Amino acid sequence: MREIALHLLDIAENSVAANAKNITLTVCEDLQSDLLTASVIDDGRGMSAEMTAAVVDPFVTSRTTRKVGLGIPLFKDAAESCNGNFFINSETGKGTRLDVKFQHSHIDRMPLGDLSTTMLTLFVAYPNIHWLFNYVAIPANGLPEEKFVFDSQPIIADLGDVPLTEPVVLTFIREYIEGGVARVQAASNCKSTIPQLIK
Amino acid sequence: MPSIKSLEDLKRIREEALEKRKVKTAEGSIQVTVAMGTCGIAAGARDTMKAILDHIESNNVSGVIVTQTGCVGKCDYEPIVAVTMGEEPKVMYGRITPERAHKIMQEHVAAGKVLTDWVIPA
Repeated sequence: MREIALHLLDIAENSVAANAKNITLTVCEDLQSDLLTASVIDDGRGMSAEMTAAVVDPFVTSRTTRKVGLGIPLFKDAAESCNGNFFINSETGKGTRLDVKFQHSHIDRMPLGDLSTTMLTLFVAYPNIHWLFNYVAIPANGLPEEKFVFDSQPIIADLGDVPLTEPVVLTFIREYIEGGVARVQAASNCKSTIPQLIK
Repeated sequence: MPSIKSLEDLKRIREEALEKRKVKTAEGSIQVTVAMGTCGIAAGARDTMKAILDHIESNNVSGVIVTQTGCVGKCDYEPIVAVTMGEEPKVMYGRITPERAHKIMQEHVAAGKVLTDWVIPA
């Protein structure tokens, strides 16, 4: 995977496969602390403690179509190679929460990538899931934080039975998400002049 | 640069969409499914899906449902796109780049012509 946004899409697909009704995806570019953090929280079927501990192993998967599961191990490895970390908490019947952290300025950190397309494709493909997307930037230079919050529920309520793939609707949603993400992205580009030294 | 939309515009958008739908006759439902497992995503499935959505927008294609599925067990054929036209059997295409996705939308979804070269052999 070449983007953090692609990893997040992959992790969110796990939540969908776990029959989640509510999925919250949060990305925070904290330039003050030099961190890029992300989390995916779902209320799907969850996993036992044994399974939760085991899924970071590439040769463990709940899938039946093949015997390896690379999504989680790849993301964990990407974070750990950037002074970061990776945690999964899960409880059977309750849901799963995944947290990932990267050193924002790390030379090996893959780009965040196309977050708006990740959000758009998830929402359009699974309109019956209640999606909450948060994208936050905390600039290094003391400027106020910038935040984009996308809640799918009011949109679905307003649209009624009109599908998201109707062209006018699709254009509206795409521009809405792209506009919000671009606004936060602009704030996250206000970098400090001296990169912080790695502890 | 499009102006940032506000959610208040949604009701108007809905009316607009309903208006356009009335013009179309009730054709059978068309479903386009993109496989979005880890294998699919790594092979570029998100860009393939984006190309399908872009095609719907730029060609004003009404009445197509676009959805996703997980890994279908044919990872070497990713990105995989399946097209179901009404009652017809599902057609599964392999190695669908954004360019090929546009072609599928033009020829199969719009004109009903199956692109046999890209169909995954059973």
